[in-house]
Amino acid sequence: MATMRDIFIGEIYKRMKVDELIFFLTADFGAPALDRIRKDFKERFINVGIAEQNLINVGTGLALERFTVYAYAIAPFITMRAYEQIRNNLSLLSSVREINVNIIGVGAGLGYDVSGPTHHCIEDITIIRNLPNILFFSPSDCELIKRFVDYSIKVKQPKYLRFDSKALPAIYGKETEIDFKTGFKILEKGEKICLVSTGYMVHTALKVKDELEKLKIKIGVIDIFILKPLDEEKLFDILKDYSFIISLEEGFVNKGGLDSLIRTVMSRSGYCGRVLSLGMDDSYTFEVGNRETLHCKRRIDAIGIIDEIKKLI
Amino acid sequence: MQKIIDENKIDLVYLKKKARWVRIETLKIHALFPGTRIASSLSPVEIFVALYYGGILDFDPTNPLSPDRDRIIISKAHGAVSLYPILAELGFFAVEELKNIGKDGSFLGAIPDPNIPGFETMNGSLGHGLGVACGIALALERKSQQESVFVLSGDGELYEGSVFEALMFAGEHCLQNLNLIIDNNKISMLEYCKDIIDLKPLEEKFKVFGWDVIRIDGHNLLELHNVLMSAKKEKNGRPKVIIADTIKGKGVKALEYDPMSHVKTLSPEEIKKAIEDLEQN
Repeated sequence: MATMRDIFIGEIYKRMKVDELIFFLTADFGAPALDRIRKDFKERFINVGIAEQNLINVGTGLALERFTVYAYAIAPFITMRAYEQIRNNLSLLSSVREINVNIIGVGAGLGYDVSGPTHHCIEDITIIRNLPNILFFSPSDCELIKRFVDYSIKVKQPKYLRFDSKALPAIYGKETEIDFKTGFKILEKGEKICLVSTGYMVHTALKVKDELEKLKIKIGVIDIFILKPLDEEKLFDILKDYSFIISLEEGFVNKGGLDSLIRTVMSRSGYCGRVLSLGMDDSYTFEVGNRETLHCKRRIDAIGIIDEIKKLI
Repeated sequence: MQKIIDENKIDLVYLKKKARWVRIETLKIHALFPGTRIASSLSPVEIFVALYYGGILDFDPTNPLSPDRDRIIISKAHGAVSLYPILAELGFFAVEELKNIGKDGSFLGAIPDPNIPGFETMNGSLGHGLGVACGIALALERKSQQESVFVLSGDGELYEGSVFEALMFAGEHCLQNLNLIIDNNKISMLEYCKDIIDLKPLEEKFKVFGWDVIRIDGHNLLELHNVLMSAKKEKNGRPKVIIADTIKGKGVKALEYDPMSHVKTLSPEEIKKAIEDLEQN
């Protein structure tokens, strides 16, 4: 199974063949699919070295001169080492000038599980969502990624692409209708409870749905693949009919992440139900273990989530 | 594209008059809006005059983002107040706007942003300009465009780690269209740079990264003109850095050689005295 980055970079390679205004930058971060770009587009591929600040700055300069730029690095490093560069040179500057820089951050959540807490990325939803003008793409599968390639070229604004480091199973088919302006998709309609999630955790939500189905409990599942901007009114209209809405993320809760997005959407008048936030509490994960083990310890695996849901019903 | 004087006929008297006029106008702006960084804005006056009135930069005030302009990034943006009267006089925006600086609704603040015609990028926090300029220089080179890229940086700005990343990048990628001017006024916010972490040997630091280095008197308009012009014309596969030795607060006795001049606001009496002194010289 191919990873998100390999699918995306493979598609970018095809676009670079026909579009001379695409530049690919990396902060010394590789991928099997990147080797072809390195070889065939020497003039438009640059490894800036382990220098995330310069990755964003050089990307900004290229984009000011009308290049479409892909800036590729490990997610926690690019979002947090270069946060001021993203804020000043992408978020702020794009208020005035057109800048199409696409930050590709690989390693969402606990994807780099055994590498430890420096490599875990559980703050980025909060901090990037904070920045005006930045489109935030958080895909759950590779079909979304394939569809996003042309959108990333066409929509000329800074973007953050939050990719999982691991290969994930498919959710969407080639025929599935996907609208990036809506920004979300109903994967399952439920009765009283709806799980709203993004990225890797959408797969966990689907597992929870399957397990509860065995107990004759039918829950809804929604995949939010554009965390900003999305059609909040439409999302409210769909969620308002549920008694319980549960946000589920591989990030800190109560700190401005997906949970904050959902609570803000549901704070409109007319919603009488309850909103529950599931994710990481206010601590880092030092335990060594694979992602499933770590999720189990943090109670965001399917069993932990089902226990929480059982408390509601 | 506009060139104010013929590059072969440098009218030094004219440029010196311009520099004095810029200092006086900058002091008047400081009187209107004491929140401006006056000392930091006085050290690069001759640099701005040489660039804009000395025929170095190609620019079009009626179309500030014209594709065939030279790109200029004022990375030490807090020191760009002295550029406001220049840009206004050249027609980037109306001269009357200068009176509104710092007032509600004005687009002229203590630190410029790209909403002001003539400013390209977002500066204010230090250490961003050179890296962005590297990207611009690389883009122009890849598109076989002949325009040059200039960056004005402070010496205190060189402490930022992002500058190190950009210096390595520019040297490695032979960005010959990139010209970095250091306004080497030797004073940071709190004290002399030599008393913080000495930046010496400055020339050698650039040389080992593959840059052409030249050190000049940053208040000598003839030197500035000649060096900037040859840096722009020289396409030798290396980026250029011009270390311009300057005096922070130059032209105002109340500021010169005061290690705390960065944060100093002049009183109306000091401004009046400074303008009188400049007018007599």
